[in-house]
Amino acid sequence: MSQITSQTMTGTEAGTGTGTMSSLQRVLTTIGQSEPDRVPLFLLLTMHGARELGLSIHDYFADPRNVVEGQLRMRAKYRNDCYYAFFYAAIETKAWGAEVIYIEDGPPSCGGPLVRNLEDIRRLQLPRVADSPDLKRVLDAIAGLRARDGEMPIIGVVMSPFSLPVMQLGFERYLMLMLEHPELFEHLMALNEAFCVDWANAQIKAGATAICYFDPVSSQTISRPEDFRRLGKPVAVRTIAKIQGPVATHFASGRCLRIIDDLPATGAALIGVSADEDLGKLKQAAAGRLTLFGNLNGIAMRRWDASAAEQAVKQAIAAAGPGGGFILSDNHGEIPFQVPEETLLAIADAVERWGRYPLDWVTSKTSGSG
Amino acid sequence: MTDPVKAFVDALLAIDRLALEKMVSGADPANSLAPIDELVVPALESIGEQWERGDVSLSQVYMSGRLCEELITGLPQFKSVEAGEVSEWGADGGSEKPPLRIGISTLDDYHLLGKRMVCAVLRASGYRVRDYGTADAATLAEHVVRDDVQVLLLSVLMLPSALRVKNLRAALDAAGQRTRILVGGAPFRFDPNLYHEVGADAFGATAADALALVRAAEEASR
Repeated sequence: MSQITSQTMTGTEAGTGTGTMSSLQRVLTTIGQSEPDRVPLFLLLTMHGARELGLSIHDYFADPRNVVEGQLRMRAKYRNDCYYAFFYAAIETKAWGAEVIYIEDGPPSCGGPLVRNLEDIRRLQLPRVADSPDLKRVLDAIAGLRARDGEMPIIGVVMSPFSLPVMQLGFERYLMLMLEHPELFEHLMALNEAFCVDWANAQIKAGATAICYFDPVSSQTISRPEDFRRLGKPVAVRTIAKIQGPVATHFASGRCLRIIDDLPATGAALIGVSADEDLGKLKQAAAGRLTLFGNLNGIAMRRWDASAAEQAVKQAIAAAGPGGGFILSDNHGEIPFQVPEETLLAIADAVERWGRYPLDWVTSKTSGSG
Repeated sequence: MTDPVKAFVDALLAIDRLALEKMVSGADPANSLAPIDELVVPALESIGEQWERGDVSLSQVYMSGRLCEELITGLPQFKSVEAGEVSEWGADGGSEKPPLRIGISTLDDYHLLGKRMVCAVLRASGYRVRDYGTADAATLAEHVVRDDVQVLLLSVLMLPSALRVKNLRAALDAAGQRTRILVGGAPFRFDPNLYHEVGADAFGATAADALALVRAAEEASR
């Protein structure tokens, strides 16, 4: 895996000394555990691009040129520090042969499980990324974004081999597989790991800067920490090592404080953290080893007014912003379609207002209270 | 927590079937509901609280519910009910509980684990539940009206599914059907006001909460 290092920073994207950084400089400085000009903002927007273009979610994702245009417009509107090349999770299981169901106001989801009988796992065929027209659309969107903007970070997405079976088998069947069928579990992991590596590297090759490795099943919300260490962690170590770019592990609203010491060894450089956890404690535990991104509550965000948005942004920055190593984002890795534009603009405004380094207002508040 | 409940919780989290069977079979034979009231319910409530605090995982909550369901439905005094099967109304375990018409479903959502866990907890607590599987709001409303469901439990994972509860409530209101809607799932946990907005009567953060809500509904119906 290629690491994000200070050497990367010495290239053409190194600081200009003007006091205003590009998004890439801002993100790299943050990941280097230093303070950039302001806290980077990753508004992980997918379906809102359809609204920008006046299209249905189905039609929007049907043509990668729509996604390119949607991401460019959202970047301009919300001052985002990344493009997000994620379409929807079920696009991966569709490549395996599953059905995708579209709805008007949310992400397309997986139909019934692909595997109903555990023994069918032995007959699963590994899909080739190049053979999937759906995955090809994602790659075309990444390449299109890269062609239009050579510098901005583009985040590609994969489901972790350890979490993908929730959609392949259904959650309950998967829990039984993990607990009672170790041989079949290992067989499925071998298939999923091969797919995940191919899919991630195809996105890197198309122009993605980094890969977001969605792994909610590894979170302590779903798995016991000892089960993560025995099952999910070895899968992550093997898979991330073969991904030819930086990797951010996202727990998609799941908690991770009790496994945080295990995460650097998986090869992840960043972790997406939950609104369910204390951001200050997570920052302390990450202690310069991992960059955090999160943890605005995407569900509650629906009903925030400008004042509530500003308050939430301030709280997050105060908890995790000092010293760098923090990117403001939502807690799930996808902002719900129902979150209005006004709220997103209020979040962006609040980051401009309260996210400028040095964070004197945080320091003075801390020393004042001490 | 009493010592027997703590021991029961420990055995559930360790998936120690032998210890669990021993504890349940050692309960007062004169009271058929003793294992439920004295062990299963407080243990599942405790595990639900631990999950909310982040101290145990969903896989442990799931296994605990499943183990309790296996234990209770395996006892001679409780007629066995296959998991996920549409069953008859009423309560297992004798005449202590009046039959309550309880339905359960997910809305436009194939994430079935939450529903499965709630079913396990309710069945382990002596209730029977009619499982409507996965349905859209209009179809589910037809089922609820047809069966005159008194308490409907809904489990959802996605926000759009949670928002569909509003359509269901409107359809039931239009049909004059006074069903108590109890909801659960991630969107309701992340926004505690959401249940009220969509017209549900209450929400539970855990599968064990569903039991308390059903019991409260049962009391209210008397």
